Amino acid sequence: MLTLENISVSYGAIRALKGVSMHVEQGEVVTLIGANGAGKTTTLRSITGLLAPTEGRILFEGAEISGKPTHQLVARGISMSPEGRGVFANLTVRENLQMGAYLKKNKAEINRDLERGFRMFPRLKERESQKAGTLSGGEQQMLAMARALMSRPRLLLLDEPSLGLAPLVVHTIFEAIDEIRGEGTTILLVEQNAHAALKHSDRAYVLETGRIVMEGASKELAADPRIKEAYLGE
Amino acid sequence: MSTFIQQLINGISLGAIYSLIALGYTMVYGVLKLINFAHGDVYMVGAFMGYYLANGLGARGAQMLGMDSDGVVARGLLGGGAMEPSLITALVVMLLAMAICAALGVVIERLAYRPVRKYSRLTALITAIGVSLLLENGGQVVFGADPKFFPELFTKQNIDLGGGVSVNSSDIVVLVIAVALMVVLQFIVYQTKTGKAMRAVSFNLTSAKLMGINTDRIIAFTFALGSALAAAAGVLVAIRIPRIDPLMGILVGLKAFVAAVLGGIGNIPGAMLGGLLIGITETLVVGYLSPTYKDAVAFAILILVLLFRPSGLLGSVAQEKV
Repeated sequence: MLTLENISVSYGAIRALKGVSMHVEQGEVVTLIGANGAGKTTTLRSITGLLAPTEGRILFEGAEISGKPTHQLVARGISMSPEGRGVFANLTVRENLQMGAYLKKNKAEINRDLERGFRMFPRLKERESQKAGTLSGGEQQMLAMARALMSRPRLLLLDEPSLGLAPLVVHTIFEAIDEIRGEGTTILLVEQNAHAALKHSDRAYVLETGRIVMEGASKELAADPRIKEAYLGE
Repeated sequence: MSTFIQQLINGISLGAIYSLIALGYTMVYGVLKLINFAHGDVYMVGAFMGYYLANGLGARGAQMLGMDSDGVVARGLLGGGAMEPSLITALVVMLLAMAICAALGVVIERLAYRPVRKYSRLTALITAIGVSLLLENGGQVVFGADPKFFPELFTKQNIDLGGGVSVNSSDIVVLVIAVALMVVLQFIVYQTKTGKAMRAVSFNLTSAKLMGINTDRIIAFTFALGSALAAAAGVLVAIRIPRIDPLMGILVGLKAFVAAVLGGIGNIPGAMLGGLLIGITETLVVGYLSPTYKDAVAFAILILVLLFRPSGLLGSVAQEKV
């Protein structure tokens, strides 16, 4: 479904990604783990067109998408819940969700998707007419995910959804990831919380200073001594 | 007391014009975090477009600039027929000037600002100053450096309100049109999908892109909207005081910028409020202190705002949730 071929990205003189190749197949949950600054967010930003790769190609459903503007990629079925959540603080929870359906025209369909988001995260329903800026970090994360689903993506990118959240909320977020996957949406998950990420995914890539250093089935990686030592703290 | 009311009326009318220009500064700042220093010059171009259009449509008073003053109605360039000075003429002239400047704003954004958007904000700021100088000096070449006198678009008259207070019909017209434009703007920004997208872009550009919003198009639209309002202000100011010249945008532009900062840059109601306050303060200073300080007062306000309330009257300090 999604293929990255030898992607490099530079910020000025700094090469953030040095020839990253990876693929995500239909219906999979793939996770990208790695330390701070390894290039995880850069990878997602280049997939969504927020950054232009300096080298390499990105293919989505067979068509090359590298260099295409973000809004066109959203129309093609890629959606992202960004790092730092990026909710519209001055808009209400409901308005934020409606923003997620910006490209949708069918009102009835939008309302159905809204209700679906509220079912997935009942907390958002309670806060429906509150400004998003008044939500807690966990609620903002739920909002960002629900908002990303409003465009009915076929591929959902999640950037650090559990970052800085209380354990109970992290649990809710990962349950939602399982639920979204159950509905047939393909997910590429970027996480620092390697433990949970490996538990809730099919395959994983390990990124270190801009290079993929390991890849494989999540279960196997979780059992790998190097991963255990470096990322799982065991 | 009558002086006060008189100056207040003048101030509101002047302030409404500042508000219209300030809205352009604040909206562009909202979407691009750029102080568009060329905005005052777009206002100047608007006034000149109004001037040429009015003469083209054959408004009365055009001949006053020319040779004959024997009461012959000026011949219009378009169709040769004369258009009676009326509110309709004024509106048509204003709307056409707005359309032309909206296009100018889009062209400026496309050719000057978009290519430098990926660089630092300082680069964009210097570009804006460059565009400003280009319009000012280009204006002197194209329109001529001499001041021009705007034709009378409708017959002005003084309306006596009693108690020594009178109001000129042009002040009322300026105020009514300015308020109507602001109501339309308010509708566009808060009720339409494009307006929603504008607000999304100003809150968070990246998130707006991720919603599927074509942010380039929204930014261009914002320039069109702001420039159209500046053009309206250019025509309205010429209705009040008919003398226009290619450098007229410098000082008014700066004052409108101060108005936007006073209201809270990026904040639309703030720009409206800031414009009114600057206009009223300016006329009160003229009325009570001395016309000498007329232009200084806006900048004194700027210094005070920056010292005591840098986020402006209606601006809020951004808070980040962890």
